[in-house]
Amino acid sequence: MSREIVIDPVTRIEGHSKITIQLDDRGEVVDAHFHVTQFRGFERITQGRPVHEMPAIMARICGICPVSHLIASAKAVDDILAVEPPPTGKDLRRVINLGQIVQSNALSFFHLSAPDLLFGFDADPAKRNVIAMARENPALAKDGIALRKWGQQIIEWIGGKRIHPTGIVPGGMAEPLTAEVRDRILGGVPDAIAAVERAIAWYKTDMMRWEEEAATFGNFRTAFMGLVDRHGNVDHYDGWLRVIDADGKFLADKVDPHNFNDYIGEAVEPWSYLKSTYWKAMGYPDGIYRVGPLARVNIADRMGTPRADEELEKFRWRVGRVAGSSFHYHYARLIDTLHSIEKIEEILRGPDILSKHVRSRAEVNRLEGIGVSEAPRGTLMHHYKVDENGIVQWANLVIATGHNNMAMNRAVLQVARHHIKGDRLEEPMLNRVEAVIRCYDPCLSCSTHALGEMALRIQLLGPDGTVLSDLAR
Amino acid sequence: MSTVFTFRIDGKDVAGTEGQTVMEVAEENGIDIPGLCHLEGIHDRGACRLCMVEIGGSPKLVAACMTRITEGMEVVAHSERLLEYRQAITEMLFVERNHVCAVCVANNHCELQQMAADLGVTHFDLPRINPKVDIDASHRLFAIDHNRCILCLRCVRVCDEIEGAHTWDVMHRGLETRVQTDMGIPWGESSTCTSCGKCVQVCPTGALFEKGRAVASGSKHERPFLPWLKTVQEERGL
Repeated sequence: MSREIVIDPVTRIEGHSKITIQLDDRGEVVDAHFHVTQFRGFERITQGRPVHEMPAIMARICGICPVSHLIASAKAVDDILAVEPPPTGKDLRRVINLGQIVQSNALSFFHLSAPDLLFGFDADPAKRNVIAMARENPALAKDGIALRKWGQQIIEWIGGKRIHPTGIVPGGMAEPLTAEVRDRILGGVPDAIAAVERAIAWYKTDMMRWEEEAATFGNFRTAFMGLVDRHGNVDHYDGWLRVIDADGKFLADKVDPHNFNDYIGEAVEPWSYLKSTYWKAMGYPDGIYRVGPLARVNIADRMGTPRADEELEKFRWRVGRVAGSSFHYHYARLIDTLHSIEKIEEILRGPDILSKHVRSRAEVNRLEGIGVSEAPRGTLMHHYKVDENGIVQWANLVIATGHNNMAMNRAVLQVARHHIKGDRLEEPMLNRVEAVIRCYDPCLSCSTHALGEMALRIQLLGPDGTVLSDLAR
Repeated sequence: MSTVFTFRIDGKDVAGTEGQTVMEVAEENGIDIPGLCHLEGIHDRGACRLCMVEIGGSPKLVAACMTRITEGMEVVAHSERLLEYRQAITEMLFVERNHVCAVCVANNHCELQQMAADLGVTHFDLPRINPKVDIDASHRLFAIDHNRCILCLRCVRVCDEIEGAHTWDVMHRGLETRVQTDMGIPWGESSTCTSCGKCVQVCPTGALFEKGRAVASGSKHERPFLPWLKTVQEERGL
């Protein structure tokens, strides 16, 4: 008799979702789905709004990564205005975007995922949380909190507010940077670098434990996508799209992000509100690719900053030139964070960073605009169409978590296959299925364009839908 | 020589000259009577009803901005009852159209928002109407978002009385009432509009705004009196 296991909802991620695992007559896993059960509708509600409001409205998609949406949206509106922000305006956008990457990566690694790594996936769920972590390894917890705080402060100081800042505007930035704020941010750099380097050191000594785990933890061959600059370094704000296959071969390079629609398709499945994007050349569902920290370290020649490059070399030595296991998202996320901190320092030490010229102004000059940037979870695309008065007629958002949708589904399937033996529901399986999703740090609020406290529930269903077994916590 | 009247507002002895309104005398004496349609320098209209006060001996409330002073009148400008009415009026102004402060150009620079804060309107009990309301962004420099219009008609008055263009007026009735330009044609096609921007400057909310302004950046000039009406054209050197 075939059966279905349902994990509903999934915890310690941003948003609402559930997982179903389909078993066949012999109790073997035949399929698994990661369902995103929430719907936002931003693409519809922005229709009819003046295009200058778009960054502020789009920021409301997410309280964790408002800056990412602000950046992609502001870039899309820049495109509609046909303006380039002044160089300093761009640099300030880069800094605030990197501040966002630091704080969100810190949240994902330290607050959401580190409890699994510290206590193990088989530990009591009541223990596997950031509070218990603060008791067990206070230094690690403190580093996470401090990093997140520093990233948030950058957003507040440059953007005006920690959540939904108003400083990022079409054409550039609302306000220039002051020497005082620059120095305050720079003052925090050494501590931030030290904190993330401690985390990397801890992770590296500890990760040996997880080698077997990593081998079955969403470990599969996919393509990877991200933005790189003209030197082939990671670029979180601008640059070209690069896509590599599982062997590191370029599927595409120097793709103008404005042409992303030529390369990427979006598929809709009836069981989820989250769209699945795919690489058009390979079709659906074969055109599976991943984005985010793991993709960034895989696609780039180098990170482009000294400390991060050193770590990248060690990373590649340990896990190979192209890391395939989703488990390595954690490691990659730490390197990505280190790079971001170094990059913030580099930009802020630039000679023109205090320039008063931070915003370009123009009227609507194009009826269509696209903005692409790297959000903490991966490549983020905003695409708008307006009428000649600048009123939004249509919007489409391609979100990092959408790019990763197919990979997350495959990862769940792999973990379930490895850990489900027979038809018994066991806590360790449940924990790992959730944890593999957490690697991708999915933000469902963003990707479905809701919030809430979640409990975990798993149900074993018979073919007629009757609940055979129910496990909740 | 005009006659001087002495009377009391909230128990305070005040004096004004014949022809002045209760609102004007209150302002001169530092007594704050809330209002959103009143603006010094243009004629009062009594549109928002927030300045309703009690006049001794009459159970009826009157608008302070429309009531001429008389000798010996007893004005109650602040009471529990008046506060409740004012809160209700403010709430009704909000629920009538679609006000979303977080993404409004006038956020933190909005008189309606400030009014709600001052009066302690923390939530809405009345159901929102959520009407489908248009935006006219056809003008090159400015736009009007009727979602945020509270029909104070400052724009209509300033355009008529100060600029002398009378581009703005009012059309339809009741919930359908809208301010309109040149007999209801798109603002960008108006032949009377001089693009002076006075209407934008006097708008208490984010209904009228300069195009290109990002959210929460729609700060307006301080308005001690009308000389602030330096036009947007002058500012931009057009």
